[in-house]
Amino acid sequence: MVKNKKQPAVIKDLESIRAMIRRHKRNDLIFAAVGMFVIASLTITLLVLFLDLILDGYPRFTLDFFTNYPSRKPEIAGILSAWVGSSLVLLVTFFVAVPLGIAAGVYLEEYAKKNWTSDIIEINVSNLAGVPSIIYGLLALGLFVYAFGLGQSILSAGLTLALLMLPIVIVSTREAIRAIPIHIREAAYAVGATKWQVVYDHVIQYSYGGILTGVIIGMARAIGETAPIITIGALTFIAFLPPTPVTVDPPFLNFEWLSSGFTVLPIQMFNWISRPQHAFHINAAATGAIIIILTALMNGAAIKLRYNIRKKIKW
Amino acid sequence: MVMHKNKHNETIKAEAKNLNFFYADGTQALKGVTLPIYENKITALIGPSGCGKSTFLRSFNRMHDLYPGNKYEGEIILYPDNTNILSKKVDPIEVRMRISMVFQKPNPFPKSIFENVAYGLRVRGESNKRVLDDKVEEALKGASLWNEVKDRLEDLAFNLSGGQQQRLCIARALATDPEIMLFDEPTSALDPIATMNIEELMSELKKKLSILIVTHNMQQAARISDYTAYMYLGELVEHDDTNKIFTNPSKKETEDYITGKFG
Amino acid sequence: MNTSVMPQTIISTRLAKNFRRNIMERMIEFALLCSAAFAVFVTCAIVYVLVSEAIPFFQHVSIYDFLTDTVWTPNYSIKHYGIMALISGTLTTTFIALIVAVPLGTITAIYLSEFASHKVRETAKPILELLVGVPTVVFGYFALMLVTPLLQKIYPDLPLFNMLGAGIVMGIMIVPYIASLAEDSMRAVPMAMREGAYAMGATRFQTAIRVITPAAISGIIAAYILAISRAVGETMIVAIAAGQQPTFTFNPIEGAATITSYIVSVALGDLEHGGIGYQSIFAAGLTLLIMTLLLNILGHMIRKKYRERY
Repeated sequence: MVKNKKQPAVIKDLESIRAMIRRHKRNDLIFAAVGMFVIASLTITLLVLFLDLILDGYPRFTLDFFTNYPSRKPEIAGILSAWVGSSLVLLVTFFVAVPLGIAAGVYLEEYAKKNWTSDIIEINVSNLAGVPSIIYGLLALGLFVYAFGLGQSILSAGLTLALLMLPIVIVSTREAIRAIPIHIREAAYAVGATKWQVVYDHVIQYSYGGILTGVIIGMARAIGETAPIITIGALTFIAFLPPTPVTVDPPFLNFEWLSSGFTVLPIQMFNWISRPQHAFHINAAATGAIIIILTALMNGAAIKLRYNIRKKIKW
Repeated sequence: MVMHKNKHNETIKAEAKNLNFFYADGTQALKGVTLPIYENKITALIGPSGCGKSTFLRSFNRMHDLYPGNKYEGEIILYPDNTNILSKKVDPIEVRMRISMVFQKPNPFPKSIFENVAYGLRVRGESNKRVLDDKVEEALKGASLWNEVKDRLEDLAFNLSGGQQQRLCIARALATDPEIMLFDEPTSALDPIATMNIEELMSELKKKLSILIVTHNMQQAARISDYTAYMYLGELVEHDDTNKIFTNPSKKETEDYITGKFG
Repeated sequence: MNTSVMPQTIISTRLAKNFRRNIMERMIEFALLCSAAFAVFVTCAIVYVLVSEAIPFFQHVSIYDFLTDTVWTPNYSIKHYGIMALISGTLTTTFIALIVAVPLGTITAIYLSEFASHKVRETAKPILELLVGVPTVVFGYFALMLVTPLLQKIYPDLPLFNMLGAGIVMGIMIVPYIASLAEDSMRAVPMAMREGAYAMGATRFQTAIRVITPAAISGIIAAYILAISRAVGETMIVAIAAGQQPTFTFNPIEGAATITSYIVSVALGDLEHGGIGYQSIFAAGLTLLIMTLLLNILGHMIRKKYRERY
């Protein structure tokens, strides 16, 4: 009797458990669907936005667009001064941020002893990465443009973007260095290398890929950076080119371009967005598409590079 | 110049005298170790894990200096010039140029085979291509790797097998004509054939220099070494002729360890 | 042995070399230290420039008025400098952005960390990274040219420049930040915790909500805070799409200037170096810096706490 009474109870329990599991599994499914929906809709939204941008700007993808100066007439306006300006500004940024960033990263990973000095530097680096870019613009306005008297020049803009890029280069350098196992350093020390020989011949050589990844990501960010450059007072209408950096006569290099006025791609785009005429918006879209394609290509290359490094190197 | 010899008329190449070693966290890893290394002989260090044998070995080329807070007490005298290589006045880099080391895991640089072997010479400022070529060839021959790699010196060292990589590391350590070579369990990551190759190589190498080896493998110590030292908990328990240690140790602890009753 | 008769001269040249080598090594180390210390210099320079330009500003305008006045009219004959008029715009756009980004970012993070297959995750992560790299001026274009017209179809009275459209696009922009930071902290939860939950018969969803999310909560909150900091400092989207008229309002369908867009609008005009207009952007910048600094410090403190737990 007792057995008989108990038997159905157990079965009933099992069934209610099964029902509960089904309910829980339904929650699983619901959330998985919600998650997939969110990711898919985000991706699709952004894809649509980018496609729209490219399609809007498509009529202006002509050679003229790249070789013309900006103009009051939207249909003949081009981005010549903007892309030349962007290139020259990035050149300055690259040559300032990369050596400085790598050196700082190497110091923090290989040399710094754990004390208050290195703590202060570390806090500063991570803090700088979180400062809004427009604050760098204000710094540059007060310091480079007026205090140093560099004016609203390519040099000022390049230095400003270099400050923005610096934390990115430092962080990626440190991560790349940290991935090098200690026994490689010991091997180099064991044959009598000095600290700098270990760092220069090994540590920096083997972290090239990782550093390069950071440099590309930093440069991609610098291309699209607008606010700090507006803040230093870059002109939005530039119908001339800076003096060429390379000349036919000795000494072949000319640095006058550094002090020249300039505009850059995102500022040109911003300027065209702010015009009321629709025709200018097409120009803005075309410029935006170019910026997007450039940055996407660079970031894509960086991501691919990092993936390859992770796959290739097995210490 | 006074030569330091033992009763068999063998020259002492180096000697640890009352060596204490403290890691940065304060643990004492070596307690008053006194041990001679004989010229053209292989001295093996055996003992259970954590007994301080690797710590002792790494003291010989001042590897511990790389990590702040580590502290030596006592001396390691290098003969014939009577230099205490642990002295603050002696540059650890100079010590490493005279005493080279081969690590537990093969650790070639991610460079070409040639550059791996040449690196020690480059660090010494040698840049003459002819000299480098000769020295690299000599070292690779010395590490009996030359025949296997002579046609692909520009290949990445990572492409070699584990045993070849370890012999490459030996060639790298050999290229700079060291007076002593330190081996830190050099075969523990290798298969039996590669192990045998390296053991033969060491017996060959001792004709030119002195060898100190840490090994986990007692058969290996018995096979290749001339002298064996048994360490336990940071202390040197016994040091003697390898034959004597393995056949008739004078200490009970040594016997227990060797016969497998302990460790 | 070649060294057994090491002549005294060899030893002495070796010592001389050591000396030169040591000097070289020291010089290199010093140069590297200077590069690293440059970060400290930049921070000091930021604070110095903002404070030194803001001081003359606060000699004209009392800090009390600055913080309590709700009117910001630097270009009118009766000048008012009440930062609240700008902060209201900053807070409103930030709030809208968070309404969009927090749920979407959190769901994305949970999905990627606990539900997605390896393949989906490996595809989605790089896409998120690509999105982080999209320049904000392009997002500004989207807000003004695409999102606002769309919103106007739903609500025809919406002005062209409004905080709603700008905030929504800003939200979309910061979803990847929240998703990737929150996902990192969820992945950092030890596998043993998941196993423990599964062993008791929990489903994926239960494990994610009851075990993983609470365990990673400080990392997730830190992600939110860093996202707020990002939104507060965001410039181009609001400068393009939210309007540049300083107005004390929290109504999202109105247009209003933020701290950042005010700085941009002044910088675009004729800047009289040393004038009060010039100084006012530094006072605004200082306010922005303090706000983001506090948020960043809070975020880092919370993150550090969770790092220590495992």
